[in-house]
Amino acid sequence: MLDHLPILQVVVPLMVAPVAALMRRRDAAWLLALLATWASLGIAVLLLLRVLDEGTIIYSLGGWAAPWGIEYRVDTVSAYVLVVVAGIGAIVTPYARLSVAREVGHQVAPLLYAALLLCLAGLLGITITGDVFNLFVFLEISSISAYALIAMGPDRRALHASYKYLIMGSIGATFIVIGIGMMYMMTGTLNMADLAVRLPLVGSRTISVAFAFLTVGISLKLALFPLHAWLPDAYAYAPSTVTAFLASTATKVAFYVLLRVFFSIYGVVFAFETMTLHWILLPLALVAVLSASFSAISQEDVKRLLAYSSVAQIGYMILGISLGTVTGLTAGLLHLFNHALIKAALFMAVGAVMYQVGSVRIEAMRGLAKRMPWTMAAFVAGGLSLIGVPFTVGFVSKWYLVLGLVESGMWEVALLVLLGSLLAGAYIWKVVEAAYFNDFLGDLEVKEAPLQLLIPIWVLVAANFYFGIDATVTAGVARQAAQLLLGMGP
Amino acid sequence: MIPDLTGGQTAMAALLVPLLGALFTVGFRNRPNLRETATLITAGAVFALVLSLLPQVLAGERPGMVFAEPLPGLPLSLEVEPLGLLFALVASSLWIVTSLYSIGYMRAHHEKNQTRFYLFFAVAISSALGVAFAGNLFTLFFFYEALTLCTFPLVTHHQTPAAKRAGRVYLGILLTTSIGFQLLAIVWTYSLAGTLDFRPGGILADAGISGAVAAGLLALYVFGIGKAAVMPFHRWLPAAMVAPTPVSALLHAVAVVKAGVFTVLKVCVYIFGWEFITETGASEWLIWVAAATIILASLVAFTKDNLKARLAYSTISQLSYIVLGALLANKWGIIGGGMHIAMHAFGKITLFFAAGAIMVAAHKTEISQMKGLGRTMPITFGAFFLGALSIIGLPPAGGAWSKWFLGLGTLEAGELGLLAVLMLSSLLTLVYLLEIPVKAFFLPPDEPPSNPGIKEAPLPSLIALVVTALLSIGLFLYPKVIYDLMALVVGS
Repeated sequence: MLDHLPILQVVVPLMVAPVAALMRRRDAAWLLALLATWASLGIAVLLLLRVLDEGTIIYSLGGWAAPWGIEYRVDTVSAYVLVVVAGIGAIVTPYARLSVAREVGHQVAPLLYAALLLCLAGLLGITITGDVFNLFVFLEISSISAYALIAMGPDRRALHASYKYLIMGSIGATFIVIGIGMMYMMTGTLNMADLAVRLPLVGSRTISVAFAFLTVGISLKLALFPLHAWLPDAYAYAPSTVTAFLASTATKVAFYVLLRVFFSIYGVVFAFETMTLHWILLPLALVAVLSASFSAISQEDVKRLLAYSSVAQIGYMILGISLGTVTGLTAGLLHLFNHALIKAALFMAVGAVMYQVGSVRIEAMRGLAKRMPWTMAAFVAGGLSLIGVPFTVGFVSKWYLVLGLVESGMWEVALLVLLGSLLAGAYIWKVVEAAYFNDFLGDLEVKEAPLQLLIPIWVLVAANFYFGIDATVTAGVARQAAQLLLGMGP
Repeated sequence: MIPDLTGGQTAMAALLVPLLGALFTVGFRNRPNLRETATLITAGAVFALVLSLLPQVLAGERPGMVFAEPLPGLPLSLEVEPLGLLFALVASSLWIVTSLYSIGYMRAHHEKNQTRFYLFFAVAISSALGVAFAGNLFTLFFFYEALTLCTFPLVTHHQTPAAKRAGRVYLGILLTTSIGFQLLAIVWTYSLAGTLDFRPGGILADAGISGAVAAGLLALYVFGIGKAAVMPFHRWLPAAMVAPTPVSALLHAVAVVKAGVFTVLKVCVYIFGWEFITETGASEWLIWVAAATIILASLVAFTKDNLKARLAYSTISQLSYIVLGALLANKWGIIGGGMHIAMHAFGKITLFFAAGAIMVAAHKTEISQMKGLGRTMPITFGAFFLGALSIIGLPPAGGAWSKWFLGLGTLEAGELGLLAVLMLSSLLTLVYLLEIPVKAFFLPPDEPPSNPGIKEAPLPSLIALVVTALLSIGLFLYPKVIYDLMALVVGS
């Protein structure tokens, strides 16, 4: 049983999804989703412990060994990402019950849980597989279910947002499959480990072109500036639960795929010396941080504001890997985890406001701190973490990122990054001032969100502070993963 | 009453007791008398804990403990050394007096949300003690930022549009400088020296950096420590004056601003090491920024008719005395700077207490309205006079000592220009501070007093301001403990 954990990681949510779709009662579907997500988290944690203990796990699907069959490969990097994704799934699902009931129609709700599980299965599959074509398949599973999830938003504009994402996402997927095709053409293999061995032997320009196709395709999925246009609408109009889930998992997994392509398949030498990737990534990341932060400041819809903030945060992660050093990569990986915690907490707090007030525009939140003190306090706490105040996870990421930049001698960039992080202060503070420095003039009925929403939110807030004060484990794992990707150490 | 604790545990307890007290404050929120008693007892207990560390530290021990390790190799730790103990003694002793003062002030002024006020006040004290006892620069930065954030609700206590604007300036400047410059400087230091521990003689001396780099790094620190209010990053301090007076008194004359200059001193003594600063000439032009702040802030203080605003600019000027002492980077400068942390604290808190008392009892905030008021409020204005003497640096008040040593420091550094700056500024201070009691005692009131009921402020507030005024005088007669602590810092 334990030997089959890698495949169970994907199969459990994948198989429960259709059953959930068949449920007629909303709560039955929700219960199935809850069990499946928690089981996934359990499996992911077991896998991480085993990997830290015994090293990389290789699992051949159906007993067919690697070059012929599909191989699942769990190393420190993928185990770490699995825990993040499954963890967010497990914390979002308990929250989903009330929020989905309020925002989504009675008949659609079971389908939403089914799509959520499919999306989770896809994301976990991308992370665990060692085969590039299999990766593409899972990417499509997760993307298509994400389009469906976004389209279920309470507002009709959700359909347009979903359509836009569908078009952009499909272009991205096409680029990726073209890249994979070219690699296969030149090497005759789809296994990542094999590709890593054979690609350097191919002297053709085709693999450089493949590299470019893959980079652009994945950047689209990742919403790296300037390919981020789909993201703000998608996050703003999706149901709150879906936004919280996608914002903290989908882009993170896309980031993981980028890491795999750059470091595991092509290798740091090819990516950074032959293709001089840092000259592309570093400016794009900086522009992403600054321009998206400024866009966020001018938003009036808080979900949209946080969506732009996500684009900026993706910039930080990319900035980390663009350094090509252990510290930089550690910073990127740490921020993957930390940003998932931050954004999930913030989007869920905003979701609680949606649940009680029915709007997440800033003017609707004026004076809300008096009516929903716990929800708004959670928003402030998450916001502080986003700004990167000490004692929060945001600080840990920023510390490593700035350390990486200073070590590489780019202290001007470090200064820009630090000042850029203050822009986060500006847009978070817009909401805080509205909520705390006004009298509430809305509906008299508005009161604090129910515990079913508050508990998951505060669990995440607590995690934001816990992993901010005791980051030895996360920083240790991230560092190990970074060393693995750069091909040194264990 | 105090169980057997090691020095490190005592320091930790001093940080935790205010938080514990804060819980009581919230618990007793509907019973103001019990709530205030809890605050007073907490303050007393914290002072006792801090005081119990004094003999050990004077004997040369450096008790400490590690309480968390957020990042591998970078622990959060406490270590009690003489400079930190001095700051902690000042902050914790004045907390007792301020608590007493607050009781009278907050009730007479009918402030709302008093429980929240006492809660964040206690958290702020805990953070200030954390700054004082921080065992490395990393820990210090943690508490420094915590202090910024937990004082925000105190500054914006009234939740008015004016408070909101002030709050923006407050957070904006303090966070921009600390995250933009100070954090960068800390990360840079870490990548140069491989450690952030406070060590006598500094950690950068062996890092092999040139004079220009050292100067740049020091500038990042001095401007990055926005709480020291070195111009042009001083605007947050006048903005913070919208807060209730006890906050202005304890936090924006003592705990918060002193946390800033204290950090500057720590960086100069234990991160750079003063010999290293002198060798590289890292502070050559920065010291003139501090000197300019001293003079300019005094000049601005002249133009302010609002009493609290004038006191705020006076604080900015006096803070730069301490920064200047640190940047002189010699024995006398550092002794003088450290002593001025204590002397200025007792003097300035008296002035703020008096300003608050005038506001509560006579409802006057502008200096031009205070003519003749000394006859109805003689105790308040008498205390103001004594506090002002200490700020100016005249005997028989404690401030005379710190200014004496700072003067010696400028001579030791051979900077006669800086000595002239100190003299000129003392003269300016004399004029703009003494104008207030002189007007109050010797000028007749403008019109017949409209409300003849004006009398002294409520008794608890009055006791508080008399106590701090007398302490200012007492420190002139008995400065030995403070001097001994500072002498340990410079190692003689």
